[in-house]
Amino acid sequence: MEYSEKVMEHFRNPRNVGEIENPDGVGKVGNPVCGDIMELYIKVEDGIITDAKFKTFGCGAAIATSSMVTELVKNKSVEDALKISNRAVAEALGGLPPIKMHCSVLAEEALKKALEDYRKRSKKPAAIKAVKSSVG
Amino acid sequence: MKRIYLDNAATTLTDPRVVQAMLPCFTEVYGNPSSLHAFGQEAKHAIEETRRIVAAFIGAKPEEIVFTSGGTESNNFTIKGVAYARRDKGNHIITSKIEHHAILEPCHFLEKQGFKVTFIPVDKFGLVDPADIKKAITDKTVLISIMHANNEIGTIEPIDEIGKIARSKGVYFHTDAVQTLGHLPINVDELNVDVLSASGHKLYGPKGVGILYVRKGVRMLPFMHGGDHEQGRRASTHNVPGIVGFGKAVELAKEEMGKEIEKLISLRDKLITGILGKIEFTSLNGHPTRRLPNNVNVSISYVEGESMLLNLDMEGIACSTGSACTSSSLEPSHVLSAIGLSHELAHGSLRFSLGRQTSEDDIDYVLSVLPGIVGKLRSMSPLYKKEVK
Repeated sequence: MEYSEKVMEHFRNPRNVGEIENPDGVGKVGNPVCGDIMELYIKVEDGIITDAKFKTFGCGAAIATSSMVTELVKNKSVEDALKISNRAVAEALGGLPPIKMHCSVLAEEALKKALEDYRKRSKKPAAIKAVKSSVG
Repeated sequence: MKRIYLDNAATTLTDPRVVQAMLPCFTEVYGNPSSLHAFGQEAKHAIEETRRIVAAFIGAKPEEIVFTSGGTESNNFTIKGVAYARRDKGNHIITSKIEHHAILEPCHFLEKQGFKVTFIPVDKFGLVDPADIKKAITDKTVLISIMHANNEIGTIEPIDEIGKIARSKGVYFHTDAVQTLGHLPINVDELNVDVLSASGHKLYGPKGVGILYVRKGVRMLPFMHGGDHEQGRRASTHNVPGIVGFGKAVELAKEEMGKEIEKLISLRDKLITGILGKIEFTSLNGHPTRRLPNNVNVSISYVEGESMLLNLDMEGIACSTGSACTSSSLEPSHVLSAIGLSHELAHGSLRFSLGRQTSEDDIDYVLSVLPGIVGKLRSMSPLYKKEVK
């Protein structure tokens, strides 16, 4: 098992670590049994995600995918963010070792949950039809 | 960058003196020990000399030593070799839940072949209770296999007591001494063992060579079939450079082990005290005193092992973890589970295994770097935030 340069770069210097005060959406996924826990916070203005932050307990891949997903969603519309799949996160990182693909699924799930939470909070029935996640 | 190797339980460096001893075996003493000519006999002499050295080191007779390809082979050899040789007597094997995979997997294989295996649990320190072994013995038991010391948490098992029980019941007793040969004194009579496995690359010898001590009279089927090498017990042309290297490693251990144990225990305890003292929410895994001189295994709450390992690696420090995230099964270490650690604490475990080349400066360096890494990862951890706020 070997991580790509890009994974290691995000692991070394994770982007957007932390929490957002008064977030518009929060997604919490994972549990200590499976090993990874991820929390994703988003701020939305006029349907555009203006900020995203994360907190993660997990391995190198979990931290790198958390970091990458926050980068990918920033400045995207809620609709576009919904289309971000786990594959897109893994690809943006230059690929993940097969046994680490589940970390990218966790990132996608955290994002979906955060967007779902945003929809509930804003009570705007955005089209949240879960994009089917695909694992390696 | 400074590079510090603290993963000696995985493998050790080959001592340069071992390499020197091996070199002539490639270009000068290159004959096949089974050949009758002078080239062959020189090689035969070299391996028989090693056999004497190794036997003397553990209180055995030279003819009781079989050379193998390493610890995994020696363990497979024993489990399957004894099980099949003693099928007439019974089909039951006793081992522990914290054995190396090279014991557990052959046992699982035998279960599929109709054998019965009892996996004895351990206490929170990783100790096997000899009374549990005694209770598990039936008239069908043919083999008991308990490791001398655990490779992950370093706990030293009460081998001599278990051996006594096995002997009184007429059951063969095997110990996996891969972590202890050359690191702790071993005498096969004092430990009451009938079969013992060891590997060259864990005691500053080369990889690809190991030994199996088989007490005279112990029945065991051969593992490798072919020529009649090793008195028909293990076919395959002898790995002469490896065997000679093994012998040199044992000679060095004999001379240096006493001092080394003292030095390692002091460095080990400094590292343990340092980690537990400098970083809050940490705990030691394994036994506080019945412990390999070179083993440090700690759980660091709220952070995951692989991410610590990678950060340490970036600082030049090599260690290992029992986190599920580094295993292909995504299960945490079976040893840490067996001592009752929660998933989260098993995920946050780190093992530092010290070695001959470890210095006090190395330990100081780890202690200067690790708190910062843990702090950085904890600041990212949703678990830390919840517990501590």
